[in-house]
Amino acid sequence: MTNIIEVKNLTKKFKELTAVNNISFQVKKGEIFAFLGPNGAGKSTTIKMLTTLLAPTSGSIYVNNYSPQENQDEVRHSFGIVFQDPSLDDDLTALENMEFHGVLYQIPKKLRKERTKELLEFVELWERKNDLVKTFSGGMKRRLEIARGLLHHPKILFLDEPTLGLDPQTRNHIWSYIKDLNKKEGITIFFTTHYMDEADQTASKIAIIDKGEIIANGTTTELKEKTKTDSLENAFIALTGHEIREETASGVDKLREQRKMWRR
Amino acid sequence: MGTIYILWLRQLKKYKRSPARMVASVGQPLLFLLALGFGFGPIFQKAGGGNYIQFLAPGIIAMSILFAAMFSGIETIWDKRFGFLKETLVAPVSRFQIMAGRTLGGATVATFQGFVVLGISMLAGFSPSFSLLPFAIILMLLISLLFTALGTAIATFVEDMQAFPLIMNFLVMPTFFLSGALFPVVGSSGAIASIAKVNPLAYGVEGLRNTLALGTTSNLAIDFLVLGLLTIVLLALGTYFFKKMEA
Repeated sequence: MTNIIEVKNLTKKFKELTAVNNISFQVKKGEIFAFLGPNGAGKSTTIKMLTTLLAPTSGSIYVNNYSPQENQDEVRHSFGIVFQDPSLDDDLTALENMEFHGVLYQIPKKLRKERTKELLEFVELWERKNDLVKTFSGGMKRRLEIARGLLHHPKILFLDEPTLGLDPQTRNHIWSYIKDLNKKEGITIFFTTHYMDEADQTASKIAIIDKGEIIANGTTTELKEKTKTDSLENAFIALTGHEIREETASGVDKLREQRKMWRR
Repeated sequence: MGTIYILWLRQLKKYKRSPARMVASVGQPLLFLLALGFGFGPIFQKAGGGNYIQFLAPGIIAMSILFAAMFSGIETIWDKRFGFLKETLVAPVSRFQIMAGRTLGGATVATFQGFVVLGISMLAGFSPSFSLLPFAIILMLLISLLFTALGTAIATFVEDMQAFPLIMNFLVMPTFFLSGALFPVVGSSGAIASIAKVNPLAYGVEGLRNTLALGTTSNLAIDFLVLGLLTIVLLALGTYFFKKMEA
């Protein structure tokens, strides 16, 4: 099997802080890959480098055989992403958000319409297609973001804590959808989560990152055997320790905090 | 092309869905027009300046465009905050298209507001010369494009909303007051006249006043040139900032 993501000696430094320190890993085509780690471990920074949003300090990345530095557009065509924070336009309807995405990814109109209907039906939002996104609940927004991320039929789907703050029903629903997608369409899934049971049940491969370095890599069984524990959660704690991490908030994170205060 | 169009369409839809924004943006020009127009009118006339409303209206139109355009540009900070900007940044589209689409959308809204204010000023007694209206429309568009591009370019590297009032106070207000919108800058003391020379809005105000109030095309070529060139420079600059932007 070929690797769809290849990361070699990747490092990212922000001034004196080293967020990602010389990491290397591969994701095989069609795999469900879980990227786990405590807060501030470097998960989101890595995803941002993989998705062209951030330039690495050193090291090499290949996504779908393209470098996010040199062939940005090819890489951007290859993946869909659901960000950790919401990224929908609340003042547009569900349909308009999909339409916007479809035009940006140059999907022909007819195909765009077909897929939009198909995807919105699949995430059970077709009935609400003409409602403004600001009237949606957290779970509905998440589902819409997943549908949007799939509209251009990406080879890889990045999910950065896709189920954060969702109830168990919605989480189950989203995961069964994602697993189905992986099986039927062969889309590679790259996700992060703090829910170890999700990773345990869905991931075919797991990498654990802590303080910017990958400290373990393997299947869930391998990780449990390695740490002599009976659950992924215990394996995770055994590997990363009990200490609680402080995450330094970036400017944008602070903005989001304000937003929460500003909006009612 | 599709990218620019959909970004443009998005701005228009958002504007249409926010009637409060429309009302608020017309309120201030109306206040200036009435308070200054009727307050200073007699003095202006006594000083030999002629009909003040006739002098003031083009300036107020330019003002409403300036505010609306800068505000649209600054909306990019909003998009950063609401996370939507990332959706555009990971898309396989050139950064120039992102810059151009946003600028065009904001500029269309600003020009539209300029028209609304033109209508209101006519109710307040302004009588424009309609023969040169096409030139005036081009001027309004150029002023809109220039300041939307400026606002957008600024917004690419500003992270927090607190910077917004700062930008308004230290950039927009001086630009407005020293543009000749409220009082003639040409005949005033050396300092103000030379500031007006480097103030892009001054060229817009002059052009609008010449075409709409005085019915002359003098200096029009220079006005077009200054506004047009600066817009191109700002579009290029904004594109560069979007390229450099990391989320």
